[in-house]
Amino acid sequence: MNTVERFNPLDFEPVVIERQVHAISRPSLSYWQDAGRRLRSNWRASASLGIIVGLVAFAIAGPWVWRVDPAAQDIDQISQAPSLPSTALIVEPSVPWAGVTSEPIRAGQAVTELRLAEPATTQTVRLVWEPVLGATGYVIYRSIYDPAPDRALGLPLGDVLGAQRASYEDRLDLDPTRYWYSVVVLDASRAEQDAYTTLVVDVVRAVSPEEAVARGWASDTAAFGVGDQITLPFHPLGTDYLGRDMLARLAYGARVSLFIGVVAPLVFVLIGIVYGSIAGFVGGRVDQLLMRFAEFVIALPFLLFMILFKIAFGIGPGESGVFPMLVALVILDWPPTARLVRGQILQIRQEGYVSASQLLGAKTGYLVFRHMIPNTLGVILVTLTFAVPSAIFTEAFLSFIGMGVAPPTASWGSMANEGIRTMLPHPHELIFPAVFISIAVLAFNLLGDGLRDALDVRMRGRE
Amino acid sequence: MSTQQPAYRDPMSRTAVRQLLWLGAAGTGGFIALMVALAWASSLTGGGAGGGSGIDFETKTITIAIEDEPPQLDSTRVTDTISFRILGHVMEGLLRYDAKNQVVPGVAERWDIRPTGATFWLRENARWSDGQPVTAHDFVFAWRKVVDPVNASQYAFILYYLKNAEAINTKKLALDQLGVQALSDRVLEVQFERPVAFFDKLVTFGLYFPIREDFYASRGERYAADADDLIFNGPFTMTRWVHGAHVRLEKNPQYWDHDAIRLNAIDMPYVTADATAVINLFKDGSVVSAGLGSEQLDEAMKLRWNLGRYDDGSLWYLDFNFRPDRVTRNLHLRKALQLINDPGELVNKVIAIPGFRPAASLFPSWLTGISGPFRQEYPPPTVTPDVEKAREHLEIAKRELGLTEIPPLVLLTDDTPNANKQSEYFQSLFRRTLGLEIRIDKQIFKQRLQKTTDGDFDIVSAGWGPDYADPLTFGDLYASWNGNNRGLYSNPALDAQVRIAQGSLDPHVRMKAFAEIQRIMIEDAVHLPNYERGRVFVQDPRLKGVVRRAVGTDPDYTNAYLAENP
Amino acid sequence: MLTYTLKRVVQGIVTVWFIATATFVAMHAVPGDPLANQRATTEQIRQNLQARYGLDRPLIEQYGIFIGNTLQGDFGISFTQANRRVNDIIFESFPVSATLGVLAVVFAAFGGVVWGALTAIYRNRLPDHIITFLVILGISVPSFVVAALGQLALVDINAWLGFSLLPVAGWGSVRHMIVPSMVLGLGTMAYLTRLMRSSMLEITGSDFIRTARAKGLPSTRIFLKHQLRNAILPVVTVLGPAIAAITTGGFVVELVFAIPGLGRSFVQSVQQLDYTVIMGTTVFYGAFLVFMVIVVDLLYGLIDPRVRLE
Repeated sequence: MNTVERFNPLDFEPVVIERQVHAISRPSLSYWQDAGRRLRSNWRASASLGIIVGLVAFAIAGPWVWRVDPAAQDIDQISQAPSLPSTALIVEPSVPWAGVTSEPIRAGQAVTELRLAEPATTQTVRLVWEPVLGATGYVIYRSIYDPAPDRALGLPLGDVLGAQRASYEDRLDLDPTRYWYSVVVLDASRAEQDAYTTLVVDVVRAVSPEEAVARGWASDTAAFGVGDQITLPFHPLGTDYLGRDMLARLAYGARVSLFIGVVAPLVFVLIGIVYGSIAGFVGGRVDQLLMRFAEFVIALPFLLFMILFKIAFGIGPGESGVFPMLVALVILDWPPTARLVRGQILQIRQEGYVSASQLLGAKTGYLVFRHMIPNTLGVILVTLTFAVPSAIFTEAFLSFIGMGVAPPTASWGSMANEGIRTMLPHPHELIFPAVFISIAVLAFNLLGDGLRDALDVRMRGRE
Repeated sequence: MSTQQPAYRDPMSRTAVRQLLWLGAAGTGGFIALMVALAWASSLTGGGAGGGSGIDFETKTITIAIEDEPPQLDSTRVTDTISFRILGHVMEGLLRYDAKNQVVPGVAERWDIRPTGATFWLRENARWSDGQPVTAHDFVFAWRKVVDPVNASQYAFILYYLKNAEAINTKKLALDQLGVQALSDRVLEVQFERPVAFFDKLVTFGLYFPIREDFYASRGERYAADADDLIFNGPFTMTRWVHGAHVRLEKNPQYWDHDAIRLNAIDMPYVTADATAVINLFKDGSVVSAGLGSEQLDEAMKLRWNLGRYDDGSLWYLDFNFRPDRVTRNLHLRKALQLINDPGELVNKVIAIPGFRPAASLFPSWLTGISGPFRQEYPPPTVTPDVEKAREHLEIAKRELGLTEIPPLVLLTDDTPNANKQSEYFQSLFRRTLGLEIRIDKQIFKQRLQKTTDGDFDIVSAGWGPDYADPLTFGDLYASWNGNNRGLYSNPALDAQVRIAQGSLDPHVRMKAFAEIQRIMIEDAVHLPNYERGRVFVQDPRLKGVVRRAVGTDPDYTNAYLAENP
Repeated sequence: MLTYTLKRVVQGIVTVWFIATATFVAMHAVPGDPLANQRATTEQIRQNLQARYGLDRPLIEQYGIFIGNTLQGDFGISFTQANRRVNDIIFESFPVSATLGVLAVVFAAFGGVVWGALTAIYRNRLPDHIITFLVILGISVPSFVVAALGQLALVDINAWLGFSLLPVAGWGSVRHMIVPSMVLGLGTMAYLTRLMRSSMLEITGSDFIRTARAKGLPSTRIFLKHQLRNAILPVVTVLGPAIAAITTGGFVVELVFAIPGLGRSFVQSVQQLDYTVIMGTTVFYGAFLVFMVIVVDLLYGLIDPRVRLE
């Protein structure tokens, strides 16, 4: 059906503009502004920032909050695992003991009546026994496990020679624990008998008033009397191989390690970037010369030149040469980054946008810094992540030859190195510094990832 | 946060994973193939370790690890412990030590020592590993080589007891002027420079071993460079020497007492300085013994190991610098330090290894005097730690030196972990009790030696191991002419006593001289004795007869044997 | 190509000469007497020793002798290991280190490429997190710890099995090579994993990949031929010096596993100031490094045809 209607001009009215056309939904952003924005909203970057702030706060404020001298050696609590504070009994100062001798009456293969001369404390354990005829001496063993039935006597503490000797004093590394002491008779040919006599001893932690004052646990000896209990210093994270508080050492060590672990890599990576981009971009003779010099630096024997630097900088004995070490680290560690960056630049140089930029009249500096380097960022950030622990451990290694921090100053790397030796019996000495180093590495790793996400041009404009 | 494309569900990434797995598998296969190829290639050039067990009862072989490649098996130029140890098994001198550490016949079956010289009668059946007899000429040749200046032997001084030895070594006389002659093939005659009370103990020392001239000449520069460049007259011969990797000793059928040797072979296919690696090898059953440090003791007890302990004979102490410009020259400063030094605390709490003895004197406890231990016959004056008196001495020292404060003292030390521990302990101790600041100067070996020789230190942590079993080896350490007296301590009274001990043959006179030296050392606080070192080790209980010594070949497997039932 | 290679070889020789000279100067500038020992020697004996080793001649003469000998391929006699020629030391221990090093690098390279690509594909998902966590943990402990733990693990495995599956230390057969080379390669593998990941992520988002997909190329081809191949360039850059470094730097692993390699000799020679061994090893290492770098640079051109070598 034909429903063509007839229109006349009155049927048409101009539309009333009621709303604005949408303006551009957001302001125009430059590359860096966009990157900054994305960085701020990137959860990784925020997390890493939080960690870094935490570590720095630990380094700066830690010593203020936990006021323990990191160099104070608590000899009675060496290599102690993290635990609650322990107490010690106050006893009389121990008097030198001349021991006991007595004439052997009966013959036999093992001593009898093995007993304590006085209560056993961590100051001393004094054993006495009945000697036997025909013995030329006795050997004393100590174990933290029961020797029976397979005669696993444990540590040979010492021997006493002479049949009449009937006592032994043990002061070696006494812990408040249970020991099994065994005495073995030496026969006429100074050989050990198979038979042995065992005594179970429970050692109590004890200290004399003079010692307590000497160690700084109390101000004067009148504050307590014999038989009282005194609380020993508390070490929440345990102690190291000389009884020094781990938490305090970690806090003080943070300063050195964070400084070295952050500043050194930043500096030598920066140098590597500049060097590598010049070599890669300019190419030709300059590239060859620069790269040969980089190889020259890589091939130099590290240890030898470190010793040389130490002398050149005139670090005196026992002085902390942190700044010279920083310089030395930077001087010897930049080549690998330079090579990597150069490799990337060589690749990128051929890309279309580079030639396009050049055609548009871009200068070399602009090309390198605005176009190429952001595209090499992935590689650079990986290098940075790995440079952090590498710098920390190199610093620890250098302190062995007398560079770096001088004892008793601690650093995480040297604490980790020292913790290796007691890795099995006392893992906490290694675990804590390693955990802190891991946290620092993690923080920079996350920062790197976040940075790369933010700076990656391909992700621009996407959220 | 943006995602480019959904990761896992993308068909492309699924294939990618599959490809990666293929790549990984290919890589593993390639890795293994490469390993086999390289192993085959390297077997062409030699090298090849054990991997067997520590004890092999059928072949009567034991396997041990050594801490380093023996650098010098030329007995005229040897200086280090490992080479001494190996030489002690493959060579033999005129006399030797037995299992009870008594001097017994070696190549010589009879001997006579007089004030002016000695005579040795060699046995008929002493042979080199190539069948030739060991003659007195071999000793003459070897001893001349030791003092020959061209040979540049660092231990030449141990032969200075022979007439003219020192003069020859300093190029003043010709080689043939040395006071030793072969009166015949079987008789060796020696003349002394001055009377020597312990010459019988001296000739057991490695530098006094024989060398056959024709063999030496046939090898020239390459003498002792490889197993083929040596001949042996000891209980064992060296049948294999892959440098840095493997040394193997086998029973010497030509040895005059070979019936008494009950082991057939000692295999050393592991060369590492890492003590933990050796302990791991022991745990694995690959070696027959391992040394233990304080960190491993708890585990050793848990594993119910059979532990042994012995004195290694050395003394460790803190040495002072007596040069004119050093504050440590001041007696009261040294006395102050002496009075706060507590070797007991150092040994019992810090070092914490059984076998270490707190030191109380220059002369360690194992030395014998006239008929018993020297320290029992001549006990040293005791020093009891006393902080108050130490502080008094410190004040006097400050007054004498004209200082309000003692400047920081430099403590020169090694770069080993043990040295680290001890030096930090001392740093804390000196600061806590006397308020002295100690700067720790850590140096690696050669630089530390250089600094010590140059006198660039205030205190140095040092040790001394004995060369022979007589107190003189410690007694002459601080004589003013002794090059090892690197602090340059000079005391005419002490020098006089040393000369008495050197020159006399009467044991009473000598021991009294040593006792006097001991007293001077403590009165004058010449050094601060710390500890006498001991070792703790674990050993397979089925191996018996191994001798550990303070002086001489250590460990000594010559008399060792295997017992199936421990 | 040929002219380029020749040019590089000549440059390499010059570089090695510089390395040798710098090391010679540094070595003699460091204090310490290579011939000094625990036992003090008299002046006469010291002079005798110095004469024997040629240390009493003026430095310039010593340098000249050294260069002359090196050109003839002779590095002299070791100071500490008497009667051993440095050549022998190097040529006996280098194959061991090289074997260990090559195996470690192959292990690291394959592992790094595979794990790195995996983390790129599973980006921000569980596999990525796990692998990244392991990588970070791995690099936060000193290399000594890794080696010691590896050896301990072996001991425990052998004990649990009741027989010796793999030797705990030593050298000489295929079984000795497995664990030490893996331990040695772990550090580099961690590095290569991250490198590969970052490289892959960039390439994956790039235009030519999108083009290839749009073109309809099969995924297999895209992955291997385009993604992997382009992403691998940084890995190759690192590999060259890595082989050289691992070969002489395997000191820790050689110590813990009792392996008679060059890394150990090198470190010990510096500590003992054994002049001839230091010089010989440094020159050798320098030449090896330069050679590896040349190989890597030549590989660049093969892998990425856009890279033009001049």
